[in-house]
Amino acid sequence: MFRTLTFLLLMVLPETLTAQEIKLPEGLGDLSIMMESEVEEPGLPFDLSGFLESRIGARLGQDAHQKDMSIGELRLQIGIEKEFDSLTFNFVSDFLYDPVRDEHSLGLETGQGFMDIREANVTFSPLDFMDVKIGRQVLTWGTGDLLFINDLFSKDWNSFFIGRDDEYLKAPSDALKTALFFGDYNLDIIYVPRFDADRFIDGTRISFFDRASGGLSGRENPVLVDRPDGWFSEDELAARLYKSFGAYETALYYYNGYWKSPAGQNVTTGWGTFPRLQVFGASVRGPMSQGIASLEGGYYKSADGASIDPFVRNSEFRLSVGYEQEIGPELTGGIQYYLEHRLDYDSYLAFLPEGAIRDRQNRHLFTLRLTKLLMQQDLRLSLFNFYSPSDKDGYLRLHISYKIRDSLKVEAGGNIFYGQNIYSFFGQFKDNSNIFTALHYDF
Amino acid sequence: MRILTLTILALSLFWTASASAADVMEVVKNANHVSYYKGKDGRAKVTMQIIDSQGRSRAREFIILRRDDDDTDGKQKFYVYFNKPADVKKMVFMVHKNLDRGDDRWLYLPALDLVKRIAASDERTSFVGSHFFYEDVSGRGVDEDTHEILEEDETYYIVKSTPKDPNSVEFASYKNWIHKGTFLPIKTEYYDDQGQKIRSYSALKVEMISGHPTVTASRMENHETGGKTLMNYSAVKYDVGLPENIFSERYLRKAPRKYLR
Repeated sequence: MFRTLTFLLLMVLPETLTAQEIKLPEGLGDLSIMMESEVEEPGLPFDLSGFLESRIGARLGQDAHQKDMSIGELRLQIGIEKEFDSLTFNFVSDFLYDPVRDEHSLGLETGQGFMDIREANVTFSPLDFMDVKIGRQVLTWGTGDLLFINDLFSKDWNSFFIGRDDEYLKAPSDALKTALFFGDYNLDIIYVPRFDADRFIDGTRISFFDRASGGLSGRENPVLVDRPDGWFSEDELAARLYKSFGAYETALYYYNGYWKSPAGQNVTTGWGTFPRLQVFGASVRGPMSQGIASLEGGYYKSADGASIDPFVRNSEFRLSVGYEQEIGPELTGGIQYYLEHRLDYDSYLAFLPEGAIRDRQNRHLFTLRLTKLLMQQDLRLSLFNFYSPSDKDGYLRLHISYKIRDSLKVEAGGNIFYGQNIYSFFGQFKDNSNIFTALHYDF
Repeated sequence: MRILTLTILALSLFWTASASAADVMEVVKNANHVSYYKGKDGRAKVTMQIIDSQGRSRAREFIILRRDDDDTDGKQKFYVYFNKPADVKKMVFMVHKNLDRGDDRWLYLPALDLVKRIAASDERTSFVGSHFFYEDVSGRGVDEDTHEILEEDETYYIVKSTPKDPNSVEFASYKNWIHKGTFLPIKTEYYDDQGQKIRSYSALKVEMISGHPTVTASRMENHETGGKTLMNYSAVKYDVGLPENIFSERYLRKAPRKYLR
């Protein structure tokens, strides 16, 4: 009797009321203001997206080695995605008209010419705990903000310095990516069968300080390089083992390949070389105080004999520490410290040719990021500054974008290089300081 | 027998009491439960129409996946996959909601293949540029305010809530019209310290979905700026059986298609 009653009483608790018994609220708002529910477009048998943009920029000063225009391009990006059963095909390519470059022949690895394939890959999961992505893809890992220690995937420094969208800092890699998930431990293994170099500063877009000639060099005299290009012999391997401890993400990294931008010189030809490189690194990232803190380090083991060869960059230790937090309404701030520590410095000094520029043992770099959103996030202001007290130089990136409509945005920005010496990392680019503006339509 | 009768009497008195006068905390907890913790998990397609005081309109469309860690109305995980506008298409925003500390948030940018950790921001800032705040989408901790029932009629409990830490929020208090039959908040009004209404929420449509009364259309208005956002939920499903590992880096980089269609 008692049990039955209790049971009956329990039955009338709100959670157990059946649907018919619950009276829904009635007479609520006027629904006529809601937008018509969109009829799904019957359209295409695949997913299509992309954008069309024009981007124009000019140098702030005179650079005898370059055109006055720093960028002037019309770019169409087409992205196509299609699933077949468990396979996902993805193709993203840019088509561009670029009067600033004189060379228009197609280079799918250098990004030169009218077409730049960003992605052409297939993704599938052959096993429950395994994802595979084969083909051209953009790859990123690590914890730095615009600072990369263990991310040795190709970068496009030219795009970065002339005011293209941030996504173009990442150049695509032709790779096989295998991701394995063992519960707590996850492992990514990336194999690049033929070395993919950075789209490094070679003078064609941005002039730089040429240590051999002791002066600035530009498009009349671009860097010539011996690029390792043997399929399956001059290859790259990158691995990341990662695990979370609560809210803290930790990772170990390994890379075996080549310096991604020229870090040596062939004495006979004078051409740039990409010496062998192995990197062993680790990172941790997680919440601290009101924000997110990160720490990353890496040991760059250069080619054998680098320490006694003045034409091969020495081994290095690199470190970055970062912290980011919200510092006001819709305002985020981030700071980082970064160190490049040259190993075997005594030996570097001993073998340095007479009269050559002597680099310091430590390059210290600080970065500051500020991002402010306004007008329901339609207006975005951002500032990113690199400053090196050891090189006495820096690089300021300013960017403002406003969305006129959901699909249409105007942008303006600047890339300002400064420094005391013409040969320092950022100082050498002083004449390349530029401003740009863009009109961007997404579809 | 006597004991039994007394017990029954006591029990029925207890239940009667709870059904009418109701402990305010129970009402608030029930409202929190039916607003944010229906089923073990859920998915929905959300469209937003963000309208400023001049009538200019912006659209957002995303799929939201939600999974509760357990049935204590505590920790949850969210996966938000954007379809519109086009410039954020395929971006993913992921949140591990904690009660004891700030939420863990990630943003995945597909063009860069970048998994970015985002500093837990003020919960009372705009969610994706709309007039809804993060907290409106994922819930405000019931213990962050003190609550009292101001009025009660046949249909609604009108609950006034006052923040325990007034400096952490932009309002001085808010009133919630909680529907008695479903415990759904149907209207919420936020006031400043002058008693001026600064912001208000209205449920515009409630539907029964898999036995859960669900607000499928709502509006958030900012009376200070004159802007408002209309939010529409469609293709709502509960108890989808979302695996926990969906809410991890693996699926940021490789969207779990079968749950996003």
